[in-house]
Amino acid sequence: MSTSEQVIPHGHVLRYTLKERLTHWVAAGAYIYLLLTGLAFWSPWLFWVAVLLGGAPVSRMLHPWAGLIFFAAVSQMYVMWSPQMKQTDVDKRWWKAVGYYSTNQDDKMPPAGRYNAGQKFLFWGFFWGAVALLASGLVLWFPERIPWNLRFLRYISVIVHPAAALITIGLFLIHIYMGVFAERGAVSSVIRGDVTLAFAKRYHPGWYDEIVRESSAPRK
Amino acid sequence: MSQEILRIQKISGHSGTVPGEDTQRQFTVCKLIDTTTCIGCKACEVACMEWNDLPFGETVFDNTYQTMPETRWNYWNLILFNEHEREDGTLMWLMRKNQCMHCAEPGCLAACPADGAIVQYTNGIVDFQQANCIGCGYCITGCPFDIPKMNPKTNRVFKCTLCADRVSEGLEPACIKACPTGCLHFGSKDDMKFLAEGRAKQLRDHFDFPNAGVYDPPGVGGTGVIYVLHDATQPELYGGLPKDPHIPWTVKLWKGPLKWLGNVAMVGGLIGLVVHYLRFGPKAHADEDTHPGGEKS
Repeated sequence: MSTSEQVIPHGHVLRYTLKERLTHWVAAGAYIYLLLTGLAFWSPWLFWVAVLLGGAPVSRMLHPWAGLIFFAAVSQMYVMWSPQMKQTDVDKRWWKAVGYYSTNQDDKMPPAGRYNAGQKFLFWGFFWGAVALLASGLVLWFPERIPWNLRFLRYISVIVHPAAALITIGLFLIHIYMGVFAERGAVSSVIRGDVTLAFAKRYHPGWYDEIVRESSAPRK
Repeated sequence: MSQEILRIQKISGHSGTVPGEDTQRQFTVCKLIDTTTCIGCKACEVACMEWNDLPFGETVFDNTYQTMPETRWNYWNLILFNEHEREDGTLMWLMRKNQCMHCAEPGCLAACPADGAIVQYTNGIVDFQQANCIGCGYCITGCPFDIPKMNPKTNRVFKCTLCADRVSEGLEPACIKACPTGCLHFGSKDDMKFLAEGRAKQLRDHFDFPNAGVYDPPGVGGTGVIYVLHDATQPELYGGLPKDPHIPWTVKLWKGPLKWLGNVAMVGGLIGLVVHYLRFGPKAHADEDTHPGGEKS
């Protein structure tokens, strides 16, 4: 679809297509289930969470399946977004100025494209985290099927799985904070798909310029 | 099973204190297996199945005197057979009764995330409580002896209980009762160690076994099942008995430093975000102007 068709009335612009939104929420739903059940197995202090979710045996049974759904959604994200997630020169400058970003001095930031460097980092963090979680999770799904002389696979998996999960939890916290609390307009963008042109201009000036350029180009 | 005199001193996946810890003084019980007098008759295997009422499973014949390749969820006691050629060319038939070792520091219990699925009684017996088991199989990874086995139908893990029900009533485990050669003994850990060391000395002094010794691996805090071996320097000969068993270091890392680091990072991260929001608040609304510092104009 050409960018000109994305422009919708009232000074709004389409940021996420329906497919992108659906993928996001499938991943989000699966991840939250995985997070809650995973934390229940992580610490005895949180074991009650699994009880609330239908009992620990049920959580143990469904956790791997939710993992497969999460990985499928992340794979779809990879297909949709990985070309847009490549690091650019602007991203290098963005990281140098990240102090301004975290103290809300966004006018001092280099012009980010559709995704800023932080969002790209989040994407790759979640992608590689999901790969590590899947690989170790498959071993932990059927530990009794791993032959004794391949037991090192189990030994690696019991440490890789929680370590990778912790990394994604860190990313998840930042993602929720940025999306829900820090950037007003981000939540509705991933629900209804559109953001205001002002939002695009402030947070993703590179992307905004692209939209303006393409929408003012002569129509075919 | 009787809980009347079986108090719990260690409990898996449990927050808070352990009921029964230090409430009662009990002998640590121990099973002594003298491999030098075992004839591989398998009376212990049958007695185990009978007493524990385990369903019959098919045996696997592999041209040895072994009943099947390894223990199963419903076959907790298996004599492992090895035909060993000594340096002088003579043959030895090594028989080792394999079952749960009832470690003082059990790897299964350390790895288990389910509250109360694995317990250790004050007498040292490590017991699985299938009603609390969630079927994750972490105990399989935690065990350095390859003992816990999953029942594929119920997704619950089973292993030798050291006949905790019999022991709680003052009886010896069923395997001990059945042994015809007296190679199996049962009593307090101190007594069994004394008996075992005496037998090992006898083998060293009066038979041709200069390396005879007792297997009570310190890596898992000692075990509730100890062996007398003709050659204690080569336990691997006896069906792959590990020389220096430990709880896998990745399990220790996961349950120790990683858990602390992870908890601190998660709680610290949450607090950090709240403080950040209190200090800086949301980014200015996209159609508002900002001054440096995020304050509204």
